[in-house]
Amino acid sequence: MSKEPVAVVGIGQTRHAAARHDVSIAGLVREAAVRALDDAALTWADVEAVVIGKAPDFFEGVMMPELYLADALGATGKPMLRVHTAGSVGGSTALVAASLVASRVHRTVLTLAFEKQSESNAMWGLSLPVPFQQPLLAGAGGFFAPHVRAYMRRSGAPEGIGTLVAYKDRRNALRNPYAHLHEHGITLERVRSSPMLWDPIRYSETCPSSDGACAMVLTGTAGAARAPHPPAWVHGGAMRSEPTLFAGKDFVSPRAGRDCAAEVYRQAGVTDPRREIDVVEMYVPFSWYEPMWLENLGFAAEGEGWKLTESGATEADGDLPVNPSGGVLSANPIGASGMLRFAEAALQVRGAAGERQVPGARRALGHAYGGGAQFFSMWLVADTRPTT
Amino acid sequence: MTRDVAIVAFAQSDHRRRTPETSEAEMLLPVLRDVLDQAGLDPGTPGFTCSGSSDYLAGRPFSFTMALDSVGAWPPIAESHVETDGAWALYEAWVKLLTGEADTALVYACGKSSPGDLRAVLTRQLDPYYVAPLWPDPIALAALQTQALIDAGATDERALAGIAVRNRRAATANPHAQLQGSAPAERLLEADHLLRPLRTHDAPPISDGAAAVVLAADDTARRICPRPAWIRGIDHRIEPHGLGVRDLTDSPSTRLAAEHAGAFTAPVDTAELHAPFTAQEVVLRTALRLGDDVLVNPSGGALAANPVMATGLIRLGEAAARIHRGASDRALAHATSGPCLQQNLVAVLEGERP
Repeated sequence: MSKEPVAVVGIGQTRHAAARHDVSIAGLVREAAVRALDDAALTWADVEAVVIGKAPDFFEGVMMPELYLADALGATGKPMLRVHTAGSVGGSTALVAASLVASRVHRTVLTLAFEKQSESNAMWGLSLPVPFQQPLLAGAGGFFAPHVRAYMRRSGAPEGIGTLVAYKDRRNALRNPYAHLHEHGITLERVRSSPMLWDPIRYSETCPSSDGACAMVLTGTAGAARAPHPPAWVHGGAMRSEPTLFAGKDFVSPRAGRDCAAEVYRQAGVTDPRREIDVVEMYVPFSWYEPMWLENLGFAAEGEGWKLTESGATEADGDLPVNPSGGVLSANPIGASGMLRFAEAALQVRGAAGERQVPGARRALGHAYGGGAQFFSMWLVADTRPTT
Repeated sequence: MTRDVAIVAFAQSDHRRRTPETSEAEMLLPVLRDVLDQAGLDPGTPGFTCSGSSDYLAGRPFSFTMALDSVGAWPPIAESHVETDGAWALYEAWVKLLTGEADTALVYACGKSSPGDLRAVLTRQLDPYYVAPLWPDPIALAALQTQALIDAGATDERALAGIAVRNRRAATANPHAQLQGSAPAERLLEADHLLRPLRTHDAPPISDGAAAVVLAADDTARRICPRPAWIRGIDHRIEPHGLGVRDLTDSPSTRLAAEHAGAFTAPVDTAELHAPFTAQEVVLRTALRLGDDVLVNPSGGALAANPVMATGLIRLGEAAARIHRGASDRALAHATSGPCLQQNLVAVLEGERP
């Protein structure tokens, strides 16, 4: 007996902001969950299980906050599972929820990911104490900047590519009402002249620190038939992990990312991602990761990703729009950022992405990564039910 | 989906009060080696890997990323992690095997409680706005729950001492247990209270430890293990967080999980209960309708070793190991998470009868 096809029938997200002082942690997750249920025209009683994800608990200073959030998410008397796979967690959480439907353990599952970073200081929450890490390697930017530099050297990419990505994503965010950053009047020159934070990454090429949550309702064939709006169907999904540090590790294009993409394409029957995928929501916390992931995910040959970016192909009106939502560069509630990528991909194939809709999008890739570029989760969603 | 999944191997560390000489990865490595050897699998070859641990115990973010070094995740592996007891990692792996995307899974958990002040750390698990600022620790919460049971006439201090004695004496047959053997109940009751009505014997030890199991489906399980412990049902349920809205003398989530796991369709001969405090065994026995003929915690349970985040997975492993060696035909395994048994998982394991 084959797996149950999995459909996304409800999507909700919060307004993302540097600090959502107007809501508690429970209020934040509920905002996203209620919107997802409303989208699916379902009530709490229709949800059989809740799968929740977030990044390190130090970000809010609450150990295993899902215990406290059980009430807010209507989970009383239901299974509630907490996933944590570093920055990829939003994607992994959605995939665990999808497995519950695919295996027919449950019919309808609410999955949600969040981060309320204003509760603490994310940069120091990510920084390990000496001697586990050298002093002053604070935050994720310090970790990833050398790998960006390695990419530039390896590919011969000109200096300005990163600023093009940031300029694009921040403009895209102007069409996304939920985005944290709405930089009206942004210019390429302003991005170029922003302060250098972690050479070669400038301030305007860096993700913000956000409060936010994202939720989705996943269900099977019968649930999809009852849904009021067109569903997004999951055609492929995978996670891959590799160790943080080891001799021979390729930080520029980690094998776990390549393997994960290959597995998703295999499941979805995609042989030429550049031609067959209409829109990509990828996890780009620092601008240069767009060309790096374009290569890692098979959209460009090795060393060629920056040319795709430079050509304008990844612009909202290009032939391979990347992050029409504005991406992680425009809103980064870390634990939710991966699920936002998955959800934005689903919104695109449902034709429900509002002003940021890519016309005619039928197949979309959602991508997330985390840890030391070592944890990857991806799914490919489409507007038609998978045939296999 | 009709697929049968079984626990086919189980390994654990010796649980100790403190292990400053080993990292989590170093603690896990021999355990993973042991469990994979039992299953005849090479590192990195299980179709799925899932682990359970907590950053708050380790005192550092992403602590599980370093534990991955002990797995052999190269070439890259399909892998996930839950920020809770490894019993829930086993649940996630069970679901994965049901989808048919993998035939084998490695599940592991580790917990080092010794680096921090466990009582203080676990207060951070409570409602951050209304409860955590009061810093009630697990001993205080267990005292509330125990007093509620005594007030309800469900138990008394003497009966609770008997539970402690029975578990710790059973642990003399468990070489991995931290506390083995016990003075008689009369002697235990002479001690001062730790926090009324609790005495030290009512509470679990503080432990560092790790555990791992291998899951396999259908014929793969039969090939690996002469007598697989088939998971006939597994389910978990959560209750409200607010202690004031719960009846602490009952565990409706355990009962619900047991119903969904099929625990009440036939009697079990053995039960491994994740009851860190003596009174919680009373609550669980009632919720699970366990009679006196059921062998409860032959391993010594959480009262003999309590490596937080691994304790629940060990219950599943211990129950499975008894089936592997023919000491049980149908066993119930239980795991808990959160204050005062807030969240509970129940699995029913069976061996094939000859």
